Amino acid sequence: MTARALAFVLLSGVLFGFGLALSTMVKPEVVLSFLLWKDMGLLLVLGGAVSVTFLVYHLAPRVMKKPFAGEKFLTHPSDLAVRTLAGAAIFGVGWGLCGVCPGPAIAGLGVGNWPLLIALAGLVLGAYIQGRFFP
Amino acid sequence: MEFLPLGWHHYLAGGLLLGLGMSLLFVSTGLIGGMSTVFTTIWSFFSSAPYFNEPRFASTRGWRLVYASGIVLGALLWLVTMGEPFVTSVPYWQLAVGGFLAGFGARLSNGCTAGHGICGMASLQPASILAVCTFLATAMATAHIVRSFP
Repeated sequence: MTARALAFVLLSGVLFGFGLALSTMVKPEVVLSFLLWKDMGLLLVLGGAVSVTFLVYHLAPRVMKKPFAGEKFLTHPSDLAVRTLAGAAIFGVGWGLCGVCPGPAIAGLGVGNWPLLIALAGLVLGAYIQGRFFP
Repeated sequence: MEFLPLGWHHYLAGGLLLGLGMSLLFVSTGLIGGMSTVFTTIWSFFSSAPYFNEPRFASTRGWRLVYASGIVLGALLWLVTMGEPFVTSVPYWQLAVGGFLAGFGARLSNGCTAGHGICGMASLQPASILAVCTFLATAMATAHIVRSFP
């Protein structure tokens, strides 16, 4: 990948990380209060994110021949398989227990919410056990 | 408002920024910005297990680490421009066990709140939409159960 492309990857990450902090997803307490039906704000976060991404995923490949710093537009299809849903169910149990999902666990480093490092370590270890024993 | 006791502007603005980040990644490089895959790809640096060294992981580990670094920088930028430091009081055991289950489950499912929730739903994939319904249900159930055991 070219240095120019990597610069755009970095900038995309900066926008995403700023969004995670601004939306307070880096606060597990806020995520848990959504899961406990006390504050529906996360629906706005999800709705805002999905709307913009939906428009761009569908329009960009029609108006651009290829990405301006890349080769082609990729897709990431998911199988409608048992492991997809079983994994999602387990992911949900973990998310409901700690209120931290992968993005905020990474963003937590930037906002000084240091206990999220514990969740980050858990995520990394969980990914290892999956890859090593349930590939 | 009863359903939004903390207001709504920051939620919507933050969500739109998440979408802009995902969109910039796509129009510039064509990449799909799921988040949990980075946790699998970093093991390709340390483990010789075949799974971690499959091309879909080993050949994407570079940009995924750059992307993750950008997320840390973006969060730091929020902190220095408009945010206040915040330290969670969620018990450590919940962070550890919850993080582990979330990491294992997201990788088994090949997606998390970003990969299925944003990218998968934005591309209207049935598997991702079902995955989102599934993890929202189990997450809500778990949060309610944990709360009932103080």
